[in-house]
Amino acid sequence: MLSKRIIPCLDVRDGKTTKGIKFKGNVDIGDPVEMARFYYESGADEIVFYDITASSEKRDIMIDVVRRVAETIFIPFSVGGGIRTLEDMRKVLLAGAEKVSVNSAAVRNPEIISKGAEAFGNQCIVLGMDVKYVGKSEKIPSGYEMVINGGRTFMGIDALKWAIEAEKLGAGEICLNSIDADGTCEGYELNLTSLISENVGIPVIASGGAGKPEHLYDVLTKGKADAALIASMVHYGTYSISGIKSYLDKSGVKVRKSW
Amino acid sequence: MIAIIDYDAGNLTSVARAVTHLGFKCIVTNKKEEIDRAERIIFPGVGAAGSAMKSIKRLGLDKAIKESFSSEKPILGICLGTQVIMEYSEENDTKCLGIIGGKVLSFKFDEIRRNGLGLKIPHMGWNRIILQKKHFILSDLKEEDEFYFVHGYYPAPDDPAHLIGTTEYGISFPSVIGYKNILATQFHPEKSGRPGLSILKNFCIWKPC
Repeated sequence: MLSKRIIPCLDVRDGKTTKGIKFKGNVDIGDPVEMARFYYESGADEIVFYDITASSEKRDIMIDVVRRVAETIFIPFSVGGGIRTLEDMRKVLLAGAEKVSVNSAAVRNPEIISKGAEAFGNQCIVLGMDVKYVGKSEKIPSGYEMVINGGRTFMGIDALKWAIEAEKLGAGEICLNSIDADGTCEGYELNLTSLISENVGIPVIASGGAGKPEHLYDVLTKGKADAALIASMVHYGTYSISGIKSYLDKSGVKVRKSW
Repeated sequence: MIAIIDYDAGNLTSVARAVTHLGFKCIVTNKKEEIDRAERIIFPGVGAAGSAMKSIKRLGLDKAIKESFSSEKPILGICLGTQVIMEYSEENDTKCLGIIGGKVLSFKFDEIRRNGLGLKIPHMGWNRIILQKKHFILSDLKEEDEFYFVHGYYPAPDDPAHLIGTTEYGISFPSVIGYKNILATQFHPEKSGRPGLSILKNFCIWKPC
């Protein structure tokens, strides 16, 4: 049986990870390559890098990071943040990432999904979705609305409708982030996650709200997620990936236990 | 020298990086002369069977691969590479290389969903190998080891003797096949951490008899 994936997410700005992180041993806490190695060796099933570099001239630093990560870890990893064109995708994939994630750019220009899937294969294209609960209405029948620009701009697009459309366009996977749950450490948005996961045929990675292993259990069972993104709960050393996996394993969730 | 065959099917640098990391020399190439000279061949790839076979023929690589097989060089197929060594693929109704007898079949939603688990296609993520037959390349395999898969199709060899490992995903499907000097995996050893690297390492020192 397929294992549920546990995926640490690293925010990278100008080639450095942005959160202060308490690691044991000799890990340089600012270096995304060292952190990727640490998570690879600790049993991460995949790693997500989110490039939050503001200036476009510094974006090539990320390409160098991707190249060094690819030489260091031998599990899949994806890169998102600021991917707008086929050329952006090509650079990241050629540097060694398995997947690219598109978010705001895809909402503004859905064609980037189909063009990317055609050029690099569906399995390469992850649709990142930032979603906020706004209540059900005629315009937003599911009650969940697409938001872009890091949660600032409401798009008047129903999240469920967008997920189904993106699958048709060729997205290979959805990384679903709840703006309401993000940063709360109080658990994933289970209703949103199961709603999307049950209505698409592609895997859904749940994101936003993880604070303890029970939250992962909930989203991987009740939330019907195929994978769970985690950040601060492991970055600050509160939990280890092996600890989380051992909890999930004991609770009956199939996870990868040997690495 | 190990030749990693480049037929415009996805990013092959990850296979090259893993082989280099293990301390073996390799080149990524689409030139027949270089493939002929190499001691071992890795035949990777992601994408669709139809366009892959078109590129293989356009580049004249069908001949190079078949000759490598007849000359008894060790060959490792990975993912799409594993599928196009079969005779035929349901994907794009494609005639393939025919090095191993049998077809490439798609996962059928109904079959996959029969157990009510709501499984998705492609089969994407980590899964186990159940060994059906001993093989040198898989000699380090432990029961709990898992490997990274991304695929909607799988190889189904006609001869049960060509079946080396299977994987469970709604159905039990062949995930490692091979005979003589060829071994082929549906998963990505270059992206499967320690157990995957061990498969690549064993391939790099394998002496088929």
